[in-house]
Amino acid sequence: MRFLPSPRRLLAVYVILYVAILYFPVLLLPVFSFNDSATPKLPLVGFTFRWYESLAGNAAMQGAAWNSLIVGVSAAVLSTVLGICAARAITRHRFRGKGPASALIMAPLILPEIIIAISLLVVLLGLGLQLSLVTVILGHLLICLPYSVTVLVSGFEGFDPSMEEASRDLGETSFGTLRRVTLPMLAPSIVSSLLVTFTISLDEFILAFFLSGTEPTLPVYIWGQLRFAAKLPNVLSLGSILIAASLVLLTAAEIFRRRAERKMELRP
Amino acid sequence: MTTSPMIEIRNVDKNFGTFRALDTLNATIGEGEFFSLLGPSGCGKTTLLRMIGGFDDPSSGEILIGGRSMAGIPPNLRPTNMVFQSYAIFPHLNVAENIAYGLKRLRLGRAEEEKRVKEALDQVELSELGPRMGNQLSGGQRQRVALARALVMRPKVLLLDEPLSALDKNLREQMQVELRHLQRQIGITFVLVTHDQYEALSMSDRIAVMFGGQIAQIAEPKEIYQNPATRQVADFLGGMNFLTSSHLSVNGKNFAATLPGIGDITGHLAGKTISDPAKAIIGIRPERLRIVWEGETADPIVTGKVADRNYFGEVTSLAVNIEGQNQHLSIVETNDFGADDIPVGSDIRITYDRDAFIVMQG
Repeated sequence: MRFLPSPRRLLAVYVILYVAILYFPVLLLPVFSFNDSATPKLPLVGFTFRWYESLAGNAAMQGAAWNSLIVGVSAAVLSTVLGICAARAITRHRFRGKGPASALIMAPLILPEIIIAISLLVVLLGLGLQLSLVTVILGHLLICLPYSVTVLVSGFEGFDPSMEEASRDLGETSFGTLRRVTLPMLAPSIVSSLLVTFTISLDEFILAFFLSGTEPTLPVYIWGQLRFAAKLPNVLSLGSILIAASLVLLTAAEIFRRRAERKMELRP
Repeated sequence: MTTSPMIEIRNVDKNFGTFRALDTLNATIGEGEFFSLLGPSGCGKTTLLRMIGGFDDPSSGEILIGGRSMAGIPPNLRPTNMVFQSYAIFPHLNVAENIAYGLKRLRLGRAEEEKRVKEALDQVELSELGPRMGNQLSGGQRQRVALARALVMRPKVLLLDEPLSALDKNLREQMQVELRHLQRQIGITFVLVTHDQYEALSMSDRIAVMFGGQIAQIAEPKEIYQNPATRQVADFLGGMNFLTSSHLSVNGKNFAATLPGIGDITGHLAGKTISDPAKAIIGIRPERLRIVWEGETADPIVTGKVADRNYFGEVTSLAVNIEGQNQHLSIVETNDFGADDIPVGSDIRITYDRDAFIVMQG
């Protein structure tokens, strides 16, 4: 028996393997992005910044990045605003058709994205709408909303409804209550919702591919570049920048969220 | 009540779907009165309070405050303020900002606002706590902030939804006294919801006892305790020995009855009408029965055996089987003379005050 590793050590080995398999490929990205070779393979040849430098002059890439930013921010803001309304209705009111309505909001989570993309394309073209960033934003709104609603419902459930009643009782209007009590108390959930939906929108490919028309988002642009083997190092450096940017964003948002949450916590 | 009415509740019903939460309530609460709604959970007392505050609407009937119908008037436009059961202290604001929350809308000017907040803090003895955040307060402090935050609005009516139930026993008793003092000092109407009969008895000018969405009795605390209108009211407010008599007769303002093993007794109706004497029930509070000790004499005397004994510190409760009868009597006796040492199974003699029996419609 004593030669068998303890369950604790087995668990540790499992965790290390799990994390390694999950993140090793991601770690290769920045490594190869500094490698002075057009093909990503070992052994490493030499250190270079040239893949990053050539990105700086790439107007198509910058346009795509800008498009992604517009789509991401718009989808995140719209989804969070609508999510606040839906989550409030779900948690604070009883009304006919509440069950079906929330199921409908959640449906895009389980619908295959390619089906949503094709249906939206058919409908939008049928309506005679031009494909543009607006149509991408609408598509992303659809798939982001379930995440916003989920995060915000738990936010609403986390605070006592009598807070809002107390505000009304002290003479504040419904809108004033939203501004002075509901939104500040929901701040951690709002940040989470914005962050999650922005991230979903940023790396969403299928809907963007179908709906973006002549204005590609970053994932669509990257996919286009993969056809040219020579462009691969550029894509690797772009990917590395994205990883770094999302790490910074996540950290900043998490710090803000924790600070806001600490303010809300009851410490009796 | 000699004062003018502040709140009038007229034929108020409330239905939640098919459930009748409130059934034809009528009550008038006077200006400057400390009025309690007392009852077990689910009796509708909180629903009624929330209706006065404007958080629920009656299904039918109406509520008037200061002579004005409150139909369709939202909470922010009513002359009432509420202390919520959870206190609902805004955690993202400090104590002073919590108290100033309602004042902000009145646009009093900075000096006046600060003066009022300071007064309110002094009133609840939290002068030092102004900068403390709402989520860093103890239960008792949050209760005081909730009180100050409501009172600073200078309401005509203060509504209190079980404000003391979250506090421990000592603090609760201290706050009962303080709340009563505060109410006398500022002189506005307080409406208190509670399920604690001692709280209601010790604080209120009048009490409405509620069961199953109906008001069973509205009276002063002493009247409620000494002369409960129904068996339910008697049972809810402390212990009561319920005795049945086959020979109950009503004669003018008095009643007479023969109680098996106790004898013939008489009592005052005390304003009650007994429509069906066959279903009426006689009661006597356990503390109105006394032990007759060795060597003492008393008249009348009931003899029995101690069936059970429970010690409560300052008093002992005894259950006594009346000799030759299938009837228990419960007695509460102070421990000064050794009631806590009476062995279970021993013989005991009991006497009672002749005017202590009351009659209730069952």
